Amino acid sequence: MMDQLIRLLQSSICFGTVIMYGAIGEILTEKSGNLNLGVPGIMYLGGISGLAASFFYEFNNPNPSAIVCLLVSFLAAFAASALGGLLYSFLTITLRANQNVTGLTLTIFGGGVANFFGGSLNTMAGGVGQISVAATSAAYRATIPALSGLGLPGKLFFSYGFMVYLAIVVAVVLHWFLNHTRQGLNLRAVGENPATADAAGINVIRNKYLATCIGAGISGMGGLYYTMDYIKGTWASDGTIESLGWLAVALVIFATWRSVNAIWGSYLFGFLFWAYLIIPNLGRKDIELFKMLPYLVTIAVLIFISLRKKRENHPPASLGLSYFREER
Amino acid sequence: MTQTVQHHKEPLLRIVKRDGIARPKAYAIRIAAVLASLVVSGIFIFAITKLNPIQVYEAIFDGAFGTNRRSWVTIRDAMMLLCIGVGLAPAFKMKFWNIGAEGQILIGGVVTAGIMRAWGGDLSTPALLAVMGIVSLLCGCLWGVIPAVFKAVWNTNETLFTLMMNYVAIQITSYCVALWENPVGSNSVGIINQMTAYGHFPKVFGQAYGLNVVLVLILAVGMYIYLKYSKQGYEISVVGDSENTARYAGINVKKVTIRTMAISGAICGLAGFIEVAGVSHTISTETAGGRGFTAIIVAWLAQFNTFVMILISFLLVFLQQGAIQIASQFNLNDYASEIITGIILFFILSSEFFINYRVIVRGGKEAKGK
Amino acid sequence: MENTYAIQMKHVTKRFGKVVANDDVSLDIKRGEILSLLGENGSGKTTLMNMLAGIYFPDEGEILVGGNPVTIASPKDAFDCGIGMIHQHFKLVDIFTAAENIVLGLEEPGKLDLKAAAARITEICQKYGFVIDPNKKVYNMSVSEKQTVEIVKVLYRGADILILDEPTAVLTPQETDRLFDVMRNMKADGKAMVIITHKLNEVMDVSDRVAVLRKGRYIGDVATRDTNPQKLTDMMVGHAVTLNIDRPLVEPRHLRLEVQDLTVLTPDGVKALDHVSFQAFGGEILGIAGISGSGQKELLESIAGLRATEPGSHVIYHPPAPDEPIAGQHVPVDRSGEELLGKTPRQIHSIGVSMAFVPEDRLGMGLVGSMGMTDNMMLKTYRAGKGPLLDRKSPRALAEQVKAELDVLTPSLNTPVRRLSGGNVQKVLVGREIAQNPSVLMTAYAVRGLDINTSYTIYNLLTAEKCKGVAVLYVGEDLDVLLELCDRILVLCGGQVSGVVDARTTTKEEVGLLMTRFRKEAAQA
Repeated sequence: MMDQLIRLLQSSICFGTVIMYGAIGEILTEKSGNLNLGVPGIMYLGGISGLAASFFYEFNNPNPSAIVCLLVSFLAAFAASALGGLLYSFLTITLRANQNVTGLTLTIFGGGVANFFGGSLNTMAGGVGQISVAATSAAYRATIPALSGLGLPGKLFFSYGFMVYLAIVVAVVLHWFLNHTRQGLNLRAVGENPATADAAGINVIRNKYLATCIGAGISGMGGLYYTMDYIKGTWASDGTIESLGWLAVALVIFATWRSVNAIWGSYLFGFLFWAYLIIPNLGRKDIELFKMLPYLVTIAVLIFISLRKKRENHPPASLGLSYFREER
Repeated sequence: MTQTVQHHKEPLLRIVKRDGIARPKAYAIRIAAVLASLVVSGIFIFAITKLNPIQVYEAIFDGAFGTNRRSWVTIRDAMMLLCIGVGLAPAFKMKFWNIGAEGQILIGGVVTAGIMRAWGGDLSTPALLAVMGIVSLLCGCLWGVIPAVFKAVWNTNETLFTLMMNYVAIQITSYCVALWENPVGSNSVGIINQMTAYGHFPKVFGQAYGLNVVLVLILAVGMYIYLKYSKQGYEISVVGDSENTARYAGINVKKVTIRTMAISGAICGLAGFIEVAGVSHTISTETAGGRGFTAIIVAWLAQFNTFVMILISFLLVFLQQGAIQIASQFNLNDYASEIITGIILFFILSSEFFINYRVIVRGGKEAKGK
Repeated sequence: MENTYAIQMKHVTKRFGKVVANDDVSLDIKRGEILSLLGENGSGKTTLMNMLAGIYFPDEGEILVGGNPVTIASPKDAFDCGIGMIHQHFKLVDIFTAAENIVLGLEEPGKLDLKAAAARITEICQKYGFVIDPNKKVYNMSVSEKQTVEIVKVLYRGADILILDEPTAVLTPQETDRLFDVMRNMKADGKAMVIITHKLNEVMDVSDRVAVLRKGRYIGDVATRDTNPQKLTDMMVGHAVTLNIDRPLVEPRHLRLEVQDLTVLTPDGVKALDHVSFQAFGGEILGIAGISGSGQKELLESIAGLRATEPGSHVIYHPPAPDEPIAGQHVPVDRSGEELLGKTPRQIHSIGVSMAFVPEDRLGMGLVGSMGMTDNMMLKTYRAGKGPLLDRKSPRALAEQVKAELDVLTPSLNTPVRRLSGGNVQKVLVGREIAQNPSVLMTAYAVRGLDINTSYTIYNLLTAEKCKGVAVLYVGEDLDVLLELCDRILVLCGGQVSGVVDARTTTKEEVGLLMTRFRKEAAQA
């Protein structure tokens, strides 16, 4: 029973980490007033480009170095995701296309690109689940033996790859950035009231672009963590990343746009998703019903937020609207 | 006095809102965008297959209309996309972001499959079809009404609510697939009533998909009339423009919200019925296949005009079928079609900018348009 | 010599589509003076100043600051030139504190230190005589406090050229006096100031020099001491204006609306209206005066059935008596009077009350911006006729009629009304409301943003309705108009009725005093 519980908590944390990245990136994006529904697409882009980059590196180097593996995949994933954000930014900020529609298109496009090339990689590697990025995946999953061997605390807190801890750091740093720095204040003003920010001499366009692209880069890390750590360096065209991406969007609301809330929120989502592990005698079909839980909880939170009318819990006031200075 | 004063440094590009644009010019811009997207799609296909450009377009055309069967598949898929778009149009016209069409389709599909399995031999096919159609309609309706009620009463964010409802529907579908697994271990339901074809759409005009076309076209024309000429359609437009104006006009915004989403959900549920009973004769979590999202874009780009939606649906499906054909020729996978869908949509989205705004280059000359 | 000019604008032109907002305007602003920029609504004052603030970019022309040509392409450029503008609509972030709003966008070295900023804010406040709490959130502030934040924001940035866009529109007379004192303090400190206004008494009171714009063109400037309101009015409107609004006395007048103890809460639970009681008669225009946000909006919306009211509130409608000219058009409801509260607009309509309402927010409430004139005409009547389909015939005829009678300029009856100019939008709205043969006609800021001719068209329409025996409620902001158009004036202050006066005998001073009567009491409580 104890083992089961630990396994459940570990699974929750791993699961939570994927969506935490997605959510933190999206919080940064939404703070600039951009509602990017392309998170699933961006996570796809991050996952596939990280995987592809390390695949080609390992394919061409019989003795891959762990550091290079990490760097290559990490940079590729961040760059591709940020590029997805750039595409979204160009369409919604410069060309003022509708944010929701652009985001959905990005999700379709990202999913297409990722699964197309993921399928090709699978073919090149000799079948589904056969991508040999063993070295990279191992590097992502490496733990510090001295800590992870510490019995129960070791298993609970130190048995994960570095991306799990990085997510927490990013969440805390983002919180600090938004609330205690000049740039953070300016960015929040852009999301609340771009006309005001503009009048105060803040470059609205640049802030929106930067927040959206960096936010997308962070979201893409969720995809990278998923492919490298969660499914151990393989590719599966089963739509999981997409469903996780939507959960990340849900988590943003659950966290009421505060990145530190996303930390425990994401683990809670993970716990709910895997809760069936500790419930005995479940059939395969019953498990499917259990996996509904995180979505039902999000719906409950959504309703709860809409019932409690607290100013500070509301989304950024100009979320979803494009800004044009000379609009009359 | 009135001599022109020397310009000092002016921004290189400036953007000015148009006062309005002549209709032919707006269409010219849109057509240019579609052509540009075709070129980029062609380049993409060329890059992965090394077909020369002419061959690329030949292959796309061959994939979509090369044989009688392929033509019908193209028509069938375009009709499905259109059907969902028609369902979404009233919701989006009301500015209700129903991104839950996936779930509404699945729920409609699941009950259709369930009834088809359960009562396959007990009822005649016409009666069975009627029952499946009505029940799928009601279930889709329910799936749309739940978020609408919360939106109407507590102003709960509908974009995210409907999105979550998709996943609730997907899990219910997974549950039913596991429940109805056939053969055991296959993780799929298989073709329901494969031998008897109970509850499958009959041939109309000698065509397997004739009934699909008839049903969807009736819906499309009906929705066009409903939105443009009916009192309820007028209420939808007013609510979509401004809720305050609607209240001022004595319109019960809550009632209109719920009623409109009931219609929207019902048609999407019916799309699930058409897909299961008229196309795949099975159910899986892929039954909706992302078309609930694509159709949003179809409806939005057509500005809720169902006839324009027909064109956009055909364009998208035409390219998708072409891409699938090329992919199978070159041993690539079908996801190429999603990439191409993305490319087209990005281009059409961008083109709206040039319809609404003018760009002025430094010195007063305009980059686009006259 | 060039040092005396803080700013010189030379041959500046700005167009919005086909509309020329500023046409070849040249204007100088001197150091150590307060310049009034005077002009009617729509004369291009705000647009001109927005080009100094970096909100708009001129299509033609040149701007010099301290004698040097500059490019002001963004608000940041404006700050760099020492120009700060206090906009009419405050540019503040609601969920931020005063201090956060003030330091917003500043590029100071070092990390964000809100405590140090608060100290500096207090220092500035003491220097010029403001009072604000740096840690108060903007959404908890009064209008006057928000304006103070705006001014401190500009001073904090070291601006020495301040532009104030209609700063007194939202202030009580006392607050206005305090603002003018602060402006004089700043002038003594050597700052240049521009105050945009169309209130002549303020121009005479505070400014040293007046520059006048008319229809986007620069008319000229005069030293304030060399001019008087009459001369300024002539410059402003181009020809001598006699504000002679025809005001016939209608006899007899019949009680139409009885409002008793009307109390309305805002979503935050504050009393927007507090036991408001009054009577309105058919055959009179009842003016409703008050500083903006005193409950005018809530009052009209409650009567129209658009707002929830507190228990104990009553609005009793008395239908036209049989001897009234409009009686024939109205179904007599309960003769002893019908309660309107608790009914939706449709229910009010269904019991035979024809209530016309021209709301303040024309495109956001009165009209559907994306629809043409025809479809807007049927906004309240689209349900007419049997069957589920719309009848567009009679609305089209009505649209034709309104277009012809009120001279609405529109490319076609299907052109979205959003694309029409403000005056034409208002004509469409008023035309539709009067066409329903109302027995009660309520208007909120009916002439805001309209040119003089359109304003007079509206006044005449309202007076014509009054003569038919309609009870007209006119919420207005211009006291001169209220005094000449209305029969009686009800004054609201902080959601309470502070007085009802006879418009023929009262004075501006009396009304002005009533507008602020409860403020002081509230402040003491």
